[in-house]
Amino acid sequence: MTLYPDEARVRTWLRPPTSAAMLLPGLLLVLTFLVLPFIWTLVISLTNQQMLGPHAASWSWVGLDNYARLFDPATWLSRGGFGWSLWLTVQFVLCSAVLGQAALGLALAWTLYGQHGVVREAVFSLAIVAWILPDTVVAFAWLAILHPDQGAINVALGALGLGQPDWLYHHAMLALVLFNAWRGAAFSMLLFSAALAGIPPSYLEVATVTGASGWQKFRDLVLPLLQGAIITDLMLVILWTFNTFTPFLLTGGGPSQTTEVLSIYTYHTAFEGSLDFGRGAAISTVVLLVNLLLGLVFLAYVRRHRLHP
Amino acid sequence: MLRRMFGLALVSTAMVTLFAACSPSASGLRTIPVSQAETAASPVPATAVALPPAEPIKLAINCGCVQGGDGDNAYRWLTEVVTPRFEGKMREEGKTVHLEVIPGVVDAEALKKQHALDIKARQGADILAFDGFWTPEFVAAGLLKPLDELAGPAVNAWEGWAHIPPPLQAIMGYQGRRYGIAEGTDVRGLWYRKDIFKDVGLPDGWQPRSWDDIFAAARLIQQKRPDVVPLQVIGGTVNGEATTMQGWYPLLLGTGVNVYNFDTNKYTSGQAMIDALNFYKRVYVDEKLGNPRWQLVKGGRDQSQTAFHDGKIAIYAEGDYLWRAVLTEGDTALPNKESLVGWAAMPATAPGKGIRGQDYVTVSGGTGYVINPNTAHPTEAWALMSTMFSKESLDGFQKIEPRIRVRDDVAVPNDPLMTALAKQMLPLTTTRPADPSYPAVSVAIQQATERVIDGEQTPAEAAAAFEKRLTEIVGADRVERSR
Repeated sequence: MTLYPDEARVRTWLRPPTSAAMLLPGLLLVLTFLVLPFIWTLVISLTNQQMLGPHAASWSWVGLDNYARLFDPATWLSRGGFGWSLWLTVQFVLCSAVLGQAALGLALAWTLYGQHGVVREAVFSLAIVAWILPDTVVAFAWLAILHPDQGAINVALGALGLGQPDWLYHHAMLALVLFNAWRGAAFSMLLFSAALAGIPPSYLEVATVTGASGWQKFRDLVLPLLQGAIITDLMLVILWTFNTFTPFLLTGGGPSQTTEVLSIYTYHTAFEGSLDFGRGAAISTVVLLVNLLLGLVFLAYVRRHRLHP
Repeated sequence: MLRRMFGLALVSTAMVTLFAACSPSASGLRTIPVSQAETAASPVPATAVALPPAEPIKLAINCGCVQGGDGDNAYRWLTEVVTPRFEGKMREEGKTVHLEVIPGVVDAEALKKQHALDIKARQGADILAFDGFWTPEFVAAGLLKPLDELAGPAVNAWEGWAHIPPPLQAIMGYQGRRYGIAEGTDVRGLWYRKDIFKDVGLPDGWQPRSWDDIFAAARLIQQKRPDVVPLQVIGGTVNGEATTMQGWYPLLLGTGVNVYNFDTNKYTSGQAMIDALNFYKRVYVDEKLGNPRWQLVKGGRDQSQTAFHDGKIAIYAEGDYLWRAVLTEGDTALPNKESLVGWAAMPATAPGKGIRGQDYVTVSGGTGYVINPNTAHPTEAWALMSTMFSKESLDGFQKIEPRIRVRDDVAVPNDPLMTALAKQMLPLTTTRPADPSYPAVSVAIQQATERVIDGEQTPAEAAAAFEKRLTEIVGADRVERSR
């Protein structure tokens, strides 16, 4: 079956020489801005290069030394080690991205599904505002919100007689989780709202007529239909949260490295003291490999289940 | 059709504007090709009268200061005193030079990174505000050039050098070469709130003779004024070099040891480090005389300065920076500081136990300005430096911020406390190692104080971890045991 009269001509046209030429600009961009920097990082990670100090002018190849130090069993899980930081990152991602953003976003989207009126508009507007504001503005606002004495959270807790915890000192990771959930739930909510709008209303009407409860409709109808959207959303928010640097603006990784997630750990290693680029590059490489691995897992899942994200 | 063309025109205009905004010249920073920088350094013949009037030259100075905030004193000095003097002087020489003071990063650690990245990328303002102890590290990396190499013989012919004692020239120097000029030098000590001292019955003119005297006073304050923090000794990694310089260094010197043996060029490690760290343990863990939050939370130093300003800290270990800058600038200005704040010298652990057998100890450093090796106008940049550090300009600075200046012909006016401080402490002072590895060692020191303050390690464990890191940084052959 031909779709349109010229199809045969177009097919000839799209054979390798022409199609390759068309791919070339895109490939060049990917090569220049993704592949080459990655290779460059990889190369630096095999050196003891620093930006300042004695190893800046005369650096040398150190092989896999930088990697060996990251995974040194004696130190890697202790405070300030790579494993310590990785474990903090896993906690941060599970709590703030999976639960805080994806689950909360889905709950909000489902709660507001099919509703019209002030409440829906208000929640949507506020969530989107939280999402579109620049990082520095948001971080500054949250430093005020989390202030132990005058912060909005503690004023509210104090009025309820629930005490006034020092968030950034005693519960720094929890504060970051709350912050990141607040920051990103809007994206998931929007994505799920759009996906929900794509479900034919008749499905849900039939379910209602046959006496399904709200939870049953959600579990047996909405969840399976949203599977593709959920996978896409999880992939995006997990990768974004894994790599976000905004927590630095709130805690700087402290107190005592209790919130030193991988992005901050990389920054501290690469830009502290003599700007230790060799070690920093080694961490970046491992972080990049973790990102690649996560991406591949998602893609494999999507392919196996024939989902269309 | 017309609408589409209009749209196209709008989009292309927007694109052009965007690209223009992104180009280096619009941001006030320039990319200077090597060849241009080199040709600009060659002296212009004096007979160049017939040439058309030269293009106005633009010089920029990254002051690491903010108008009305941190560094407001320097900002006022540069804009109110230096700019008119310098531009006038250049006009007399027949040159049109515009000086732009770029306010910016005030956090010292961030400023250092900015400078390193700027210089490496052949960018940055012509003159950079700089902390003297960064000099060896930058020079070793090839990121700074000696002043005379940049600007020629005019540098060594400057009248000012005769008035700056060699140790103060060395603040912004390395291996006998000069890379910049310091604004002044500083000393450290214990600052106390006279109002709190009066409340608890401690004397005005308080002077502890040993560490025990400090603890005795702090304990008394803890009992009688539980609403204030008795003692603030800065620590932790978030506070950067301030931890090392204001908090830890005077403690270590009080045990009789310096972290660097200037005779053998080796770093020291051992019992003295444990003793110094033990001071932190007593303050923050054992006796709870200080607030660990300010040592561990981002922005802690600013918060503690505000607390001292508000009368919420009784004894505060800091440099004279607290007196002359913090208590005169922005939100922490204290107009009646003379009646509210007193000063005492930092004692050794016990009389005679400090370095060189001293009763009291202090350490000095200094911040100043260097010439960016990428400048397109090294001759004018040096003319600016020599104007900034002329007697007249520094006298103008003294009216804004009286302090110990580098020039011996610039007195400290109308500030008896600063004058007394300089007279008593300068003969007792010492310096940090002028070594490219020192900043990395300093980070390891900050780490050790942090581990002790948060209770993660004992002083002995933290000192052992420090020694391990020190050996990693400088090599085992450059570490020796102290007492």
